Amino acid sequence: MGLTQDVGTADEERPATPRRQAFESILFRSGRPEEANAEQPACFRDLNLDQVVEAVVVGRDEYGLTPFFYLPLRSVEDVAYRHEVFHDLESEDVRRTLKAFGEQMHRVRSFLTLARKQHYAPEKRRWFLDAASGYCSAVVDLTRGLRELEPSSEALRLASEYLDDYVAGESFTSLDADADAVRAGLDEVIYTLRINGSRVSVARYDDQPDFGDEIEDLFERFRQGQVESHRLKVPDRGSMDHVEAQIASLVARLFPREFEALETFCSRHEGFLDRTVTAFDREAQFYLAWADHIERISATGGAFSCPSVSDESKAETVEDAFDLALAAKVGREQGQLVRNGFRLDGDERLLVVTGPNQGGKTTFARMFGQLHYLASLGVPVPARSARLFLADRVFTHFEREEVVGSLRGKLDDELIRIRDLLQEATPRSVVVLNEMFSSATLADALDLGTDILTQLIERGCLGVCVTFIDELSRLGDATVSMVAQVSPDDPAVRTYRVIERPADGRAYAWAIAKKYGLSYDQLRERLAP
Amino acid sequence: MKARLLFADRDVDLEQALPWQADALKQDLGLEPLLDAMAAGDDYLRVVSERTLLNGLTDPESILYRQEVLADCLQFPATARELYALAIEALESKQKARFFFFRESPETQLQKSLAMLDLLLDVLRRLRALADREQESFRSPGLRALVETLQRELDDEYLAAVADHLADLRFKRGPLISARLGRANRGRDYVLRKPYDRTFFERISTGGPKTYSFTVPARDENGHQALGELRSRGLARASAAVAQATDHILSFFTMLRAEVGSYVACLNLYERLAERGEPTCFPTPRAATEGAFAARDLYDATLTFFLDDARAVGNDIDADGRKLVLITGANQGGKSTLLRSVGIAQLMLQAGMFVPATEFTASVCGGLFTHFSREEDASMTRGKLDDELSRMSAVAERIEPTSILLCNESFSSTNEREGSEIARQLVRALDESGVRTFFVTHLYDLARSFYAEERDDVLFLRAERGEDGSRPFRLRQAPPLATSYGADSYRRIFGKELTASKQS
Repeated sequence: MGLTQDVGTADEERPATPRRQAFESILFRSGRPEEANAEQPACFRDLNLDQVVEAVVVGRDEYGLTPFFYLPLRSVEDVAYRHEVFHDLESEDVRRTLKAFGEQMHRVRSFLTLARKQHYAPEKRRWFLDAASGYCSAVVDLTRGLRELEPSSEALRLASEYLDDYVAGESFTSLDADADAVRAGLDEVIYTLRINGSRVSVARYDDQPDFGDEIEDLFERFRQGQVESHRLKVPDRGSMDHVEAQIASLVARLFPREFEALETFCSRHEGFLDRTVTAFDREAQFYLAWADHIERISATGGAFSCPSVSDESKAETVEDAFDLALAAKVGREQGQLVRNGFRLDGDERLLVVTGPNQGGKTTFARMFGQLHYLASLGVPVPARSARLFLADRVFTHFEREEVVGSLRGKLDDELIRIRDLLQEATPRSVVVLNEMFSSATLADALDLGTDILTQLIERGCLGVCVTFIDELSRLGDATVSMVAQVSPDDPAVRTYRVIERPADGRAYAWAIAKKYGLSYDQLRERLAP
Repeated sequence: MKARLLFADRDVDLEQALPWQADALKQDLGLEPLLDAMAAGDDYLRVVSERTLLNGLTDPESILYRQEVLADCLQFPATARELYALAIEALESKQKARFFFFRESPETQLQKSLAMLDLLLDVLRRLRALADREQESFRSPGLRALVETLQRELDDEYLAAVADHLADLRFKRGPLISARLGRANRGRDYVLRKPYDRTFFERISTGGPKTYSFTVPARDENGHQALGELRSRGLARASAAVAQATDHILSFFTMLRAEVGSYVACLNLYERLAERGEPTCFPTPRAATEGAFAARDLYDATLTFFLDDARAVGNDIDADGRKLVLITGANQGGKSTLLRSVGIAQLMLQAGMFVPATEFTASVCGGLFTHFSREEDASMTRGKLDDELSRMSAVAERIEPTSILLCNESFSSTNEREGSEIARQLVRALDESGVRTFFVTHLYDLARSFYAEERDDVLFLRAERGEDGSRPFRLRQAPPLATSYGADSYRRIFGKELTASKQS
């Protein structure tokens, strides 16, 4: 992936041995950006990326992964840093190790929450101890796992090295040893309660036999076969009440050594979680979430691949790509996933998509936008293979519903949005235009569309434009005409395939109107009194 | 006792569902601000307003009946609101009299009912006083009948009798209960009896039936429990009847609140429009068969709430006998606004309300429908045209020959040639079936083909632009033009000229 580590150069300032970065993140090669400022990019809703992200992070709310999807990467190297991890994740063992760590850490957090939220000291402290024990085994398991699996990605290798050091360090070894000792002590405690009317007595256990066993033994002779258990479930409100608390405080007085050890443990190891380890836990979930989603979608027949990403060449080739939001829906509804490809060579910059309505044009445009945005996240994209330009931003222009109270007309509203888009778009931007100027007359829409596309071409933007105006697909070398196909047998049946060919102006809307019983003859019949 | 303010011959149906197209009408005509103005913050009036506006009337006579009641209310707004407030106060007695009991018994049920009845009696007295006071005020048959009903049904004798009964139910000397002997000579069929009104002196002097007495000792808990059970059996039927009585009275006030509430909501809107200096008038409803539609200074009553100072621009429309109105012209030229104002005025006319215009005469229609271009279906299963056609098909399923259909940029999601063709067939079929259609369109091809037929039953309106390119929001009768002034919008927003494409 072109990411061999730096070796010494003529520069005297650099060390001769491989550079050892201060490891921080498996997601961000060069420092973690400020997440607080991460806002959902404007293109998300139009591209249905909001639905995609929602589906990807489902079940992982506690990690707050969404901001990661709002922080596109700026360099090809940063993208490669993530691609390498995804390659490691192709190993079932690596995935299992990371998942197990995630589950263990989840338990640790829930124990810590209880330690914080509950009322009575004996209970709180015990939750804290169990959290620490769980943390130690989680870290030890992960460290051992990564050491054995020898991941090839820079990110996971750096993480593995960090963990080796951390586990060997004093703070971790003492935490681990103390937790084991305190637990062992508490496990030995046995006491008795005597409840006499309203009176309760607590004592150390003195080898009294099990009454239940005695009873069973006593009546064993009557036994004829299996009988019903009759044991009732006693509901538990999940936290200690004041009676239990009083009992516990008496038990503590009966077993001072064990309880003092617990108290000492809690104060000595407060804040035992390591920041880098917890960050690793969260960031690993980003990879796992995406990998899980790939697995879900793959069941519908869609293939993913790490795209070859360039920040120089705008030549693109994409094969068998699909709309990721639609694929999730197809999966749910057992439908047929449609895949499309495209190619931009030389001076070609804009795909102009025409063809019948409901023919998959908008889906194609969304797919184009999604591919570019996802490529900038460093994740495998929904395509069998892809060579893509690393865009700085993806802009979208979709039709908006007219708002009562907006004193601007629809066309003005659209023009203002397009003007704003043109002010922000750079030669490195990708633009997705869906049905511009549908409220204008054909002649106006043609003039306006030509003007806007020409401006985008002159700027050098990459993009896709869905339109019903054939002429826009013939603006020069920069445009590539794509046409949504219908079934050769029945013009009302769409194939949703979009292929490169000259625009032919046949939109077949008519066949659909008939399908809905809205032709003149059909209507006259329907409206007959 | 009826409060027939909305219909001369029947009560308003409180359970009546909104019509099928209610949601589309609210969204397309932007009715929310209008309904908010009618409700004026009163959640109940919001519901009433929706029902009044969307479940319109279809015969001119019943529309006029409401117009007369409304005219009275506009003349005596304080009285209308007082009536409404009384109805609310009565209904609130239910909350006020709510006692909390672990277990309801006939005893506690009776106490609760009595507390409510005290409050309700007070409201009834004031209702009667209002009727006496306003005896000469009203002109409308609806309100005159209500006043007369109140005076007749709530006369002094009746109100006094209610007060007496409420007093007796307090059992100053304990409840009088009859019972029959049942099995083992135990009591059965316990019935509460009303004692004769006899003075203390009468009771002593005439002697009456012979009476024996015993006492359950204070420390005898079981004894007291048994007495309480007997009392409950005795009160059971009576207290249920009293509870039923409160229900009857409450249902009257529920009806009154609904009927008067409709007019209070109209009053709220009227005052909001008047504050803004917007004109209103009572429209002239005509029979569906007459094909009438003529308006002067017809404006969008919802838009007016978004404007700071300016008045909403009104339009004149003369579409008597014209089934088809095609509206074309400049962007931002007020076409959508005109369409909404037509829809809103028609709804208000059929609701028996005033309308946002200086003059308005229209035939009633058998259902108002809309078909507005909408944002792309977010579920991705259908394309936009598909969505449009599907919605239109659902309308076609329900529309009747006397209906009105408002189309706003329908079929603009496909290209102009095909959109025009679909629309042409649709409009022609609707037209020949009798449906009145107002069609706002950029589909020049569609508009031009109807214009070419030179029919005098088609009205062409066009959004105009002023000399300086500014838009007055006023539409005129004019043939369709081929441009939608896209170049104007472009110049205003980009600050430069749009060069015509060589290809166009």
